[in-house]
Amino acid sequence: MMEAATRTSGGDDYVGQTIPRKEDARMIAGQGRYVDDINPVGTLHAAIVRSPEAHATIVSIDTSEAREHPNVVAVFTGEDLADDWKADVPSVWHPPGVEMHHPDHWPLKRGEVKCVGDPVAVVVATDRYVAADAAEEVIVEYDPKPVVVDPERALENGSPLVWDQFGTNKSHEWAISGGDIDRALADADVVMERRVVNHRTAGAAIEARGCLAEPHGDSVTLYSSTQIPHIARFQLAGMLGMPEDKIRVVAPDVGGGFGTKLNVYGDEALMCALARRLGRAVKWIETRSENLAYNHHGRDQIAYVTIGAKSDGTLAGLKVRMINDLGAYQQLLTPFIPVLGFPVMGGAYRFPAIDLHFTGVFTNKFATDAIRGAGRPEGTHYLEVTMDQLADELGIDRLELRRKNFIGADEFPYETPLGIVYDSGNYAGTLDKLLEHVDVDAFRREQEELREKGIHRGIGFSTYVEVCGLAPSRAVGPQNLGLHAAFFESAAVRVHPTGSATVFSGASPHGQGHDTTFAQIAADRLGISPDDVEVVHGDTNAGPWGWGTYGSRALAVGGEAVARAAERVQDKAKQICAAMLEAAPEDIELADGQFRVKGSPDRSMSMADIALAAYVPPDELPAEVEPGLEEAAFFDPENFVFPFGAHACVVDVDAETGKVKIVRWIAVDDCGRQVNPMLVDGQIHGGVTHAIGQALYEQIVYDSDGQLVTGTLVDYGLPTAAELPNIETDRQETPSPVNSLGVKGVGEAGTIAASPAVLNAVVDALRPLGITYIDMPLTPLRVWQAMQDAGGDGSSSNRGGGS
Amino acid sequence: MSGSVRVRTVVNGESRESDIEPRLLLVHYLRDVLGLTGTHIGCDTTNCGACTVLLDGEAVKSCTVLAVQAEGSEVTTIEGMARDGELHPLQETFHTQHGLQCGYCTPGMIMAAADLLERNPNPTEEEVRHGLEGNLCRCTGYHNIVKAVMAAAEAGGAGVPKSRKEGVTA
Repeated sequence: MMEAATRTSGGDDYVGQTIPRKEDARMIAGQGRYVDDINPVGTLHAAIVRSPEAHATIVSIDTSEAREHPNVVAVFTGEDLADDWKADVPSVWHPPGVEMHHPDHWPLKRGEVKCVGDPVAVVVATDRYVAADAAEEVIVEYDPKPVVVDPERALENGSPLVWDQFGTNKSHEWAISGGDIDRALADADVVMERRVVNHRTAGAAIEARGCLAEPHGDSVTLYSSTQIPHIARFQLAGMLGMPEDKIRVVAPDVGGGFGTKLNVYGDEALMCALARRLGRAVKWIETRSENLAYNHHGRDQIAYVTIGAKSDGTLAGLKVRMINDLGAYQQLLTPFIPVLGFPVMGGAYRFPAIDLHFTGVFTNKFATDAIRGAGRPEGTHYLEVTMDQLADELGIDRLELRRKNFIGADEFPYETPLGIVYDSGNYAGTLDKLLEHVDVDAFRREQEELREKGIHRGIGFSTYVEVCGLAPSRAVGPQNLGLHAAFFESAAVRVHPTGSATVFSGASPHGQGHDTTFAQIAADRLGISPDDVEVVHGDTNAGPWGWGTYGSRALAVGGEAVARAAERVQDKAKQICAAMLEAAPEDIELADGQFRVKGSPDRSMSMADIALAAYVPPDELPAEVEPGLEEAAFFDPENFVFPFGAHACVVDVDAETGKVKIVRWIAVDDCGRQVNPMLVDGQIHGGVTHAIGQALYEQIVYDSDGQLVTGTLVDYGLPTAAELPNIETDRQETPSPVNSLGVKGVGEAGTIAASPAVLNAVVDALRPLGITYIDMPLTPLRVWQAMQDAGGDGSSSNRGGGS
Repeated sequence: MSGSVRVRTVVNGESRESDIEPRLLLVHYLRDVLGLTGTHIGCDTTNCGACTVLLDGEAVKSCTVLAVQAEGSEVTTIEGMARDGELHPLQETFHTQHGLQCGYCTPGMIMAAADLLERNPNPTEEEVRHGLEGNLCRCTGYHNIVKAVMAAAEAGGAGVPKSRKEGVTA
């Protein structure tokens, strides 16, 4: 499709090889450098005083006692710092023609608090223990206001209002439609409606967030545990009213992100302001309780799904009405995240008509925003759960229903009714491959035998499509989808005089392994070993401007930028080599790690020879060849990429307790060409586990007073090794035509695939009891309750069969 | 908080003596006083295990031990696992099996695994999974961590490193 797609890399084809990671050496030795490991001399420590109330007027704040505390340097309230801000916490989705309410969101609150955890004051002291002690001595008087936590109740007349000035809790409505949905559903033989809940979860990276601001004259350096150093600098410039060049943001080693660090938080601006006021480095490291209360959450949607089909199973139309709980504020992408699921809400299937409607609602909870998958796990969950139920309704095998409606391998590029063009795919292929690993007939026999012994075993499937590689900037930009941002990625490749290289990337990793995969990509194009390529990222003072790592974009957009920059270096290297060997540049080829004259392999130069000539030009090098060996590239893709796959989950449900145990997980994924299969496996393992966590254990719970009852890792149930199965993986490779590498993305695929497979498996296990659906998380209590409600003795009729 | 107490420990084979607040947690002593930042903190409630170190050869969560409780004891952190330029077998296998992604839980995970393999040099996969349930990882789904521990067990010598307390003058 694109010219670059035919281009072959030179060198040793490191792309595609399993290579253990370069970044491991420092991490296994305890030499990783995370924010809290950075300690400039004289660093002060901040503690933030937070609201225990979900909605209240701040009557007074008494900081006198805290100020008197020994070794406290300063205490500030929101009023004290009101003039430090030129703008509040940014939110960048402003879709054209859509009325949307944007509440103020300042780093320290004045007047009112809107959720538990709202920051109202900050204490700065000489060490973290003193700061924590003194924060306890700040006396805040609150006058509580009515609270609403249920988004459906928030939409009712008479509900307490989160923001009085809007006169409503509705932030906005947004819709997209393609095909004639009314006619499609009218003509369908079966129309089924379901309410499916996708509950609120936390990202819960094991490193919580934190930042350290260090002043340098009129400049400030912010070290932050962030996925987006360049965006942070751009937005902090606006918040602080500082020129962008006076702010340096560094993302050092980042201990996981999962979307929570894809944001610009008030505390980042706050630390910069404190450092500038006090002329000292100021560090703030959040506690886990702060992390669970005041890092954005994810999901929290209620979907009313209507699906129509002909009696033979041919899908007719899909209509989804979603209520999206935004919480009290709009962080960077809060209202947009549910919408990000829209391109793939029709999944792997031919739907003649799709109609989607999103309503954003304010509640007295902290903001939702991107958590691994960000809109696509929710959309996939609605569809894949509903597909199973439709199969049940139609009396058709659920895999046959999927197969019957799969977009065919010969139909790509495939344009959906919503105008989205799926780049490439072979959906039947991944399902076929999955079934090589799972003998469904044998499973059914085993299931029957176990049932006779009182064991409820079930199998669930998910055949997903994901949209990633964010993003074609114009398609998602201000005039189209409405994001006031762009999503190209950048790279610069510098070959040093001795022939080793440094790659500078605008993508900023937090566990993905860019140091290794980007080195593989560059090495192939430079004719050197990945061991001789260092990847530098996460520093706004090093390398070109970039948009960061999220949305499974780093490889498909950032990796492609690396490839293009490295190819430019290769072109120049060929030019130098040609001059040195008295050949034409087009006659120079890169093979076996040597630049050589085609047909005369004995006339060759290594990259080290060429690099030395580039920096210390000999007489043979014509004067018109610029010295140096360094090039940059900015890649803005023409389309998203669309990974896909088929997952199966086998569960046992304990008849006595309702406890679900995952017995087997099989994941067959197609993320296009793989750069490093071992790292792809790792992403699938982690992604699937993230969704298993949501499906079975994890839930952010606020009580009816807006109190967060899952504010520690005692209450918020992250899965441990003991609960999880081995995850069996296999792959199909259907290259993407959107980039020259043929790659898609894989960081979120497992999470997008997995939750409906768990739910479908539990329902499969319990179908003889008449159970067709249970809201996640499928905790023992919920499953046991569903079994009790259904009669629990297995005497109900089996509503359907099939796989 | 006033008053300080003297604490004497042997950390990674080196004797250390400091005057500290009695309430100082061992993890903050290691990180903030001794500058050994390889030991991490991931929660407030002793759930995550990122702070796991060896105290006299046994895994402890150093966020739930006061530094003064380590008086007279030997502490081994991730920085002390490699000996004479040789990585500990668990450090090797975490690398070769891709048992880490963001690396934040890794030091604690390796220390907990060393303790596990010291007590049970040839664990089953199930025993490894249960043995590590006090250490949380959000990146790997534990799959490759379990593989790494099994591979280290197979390699042998992957328990807690030999004491280096003898011969050190406190």
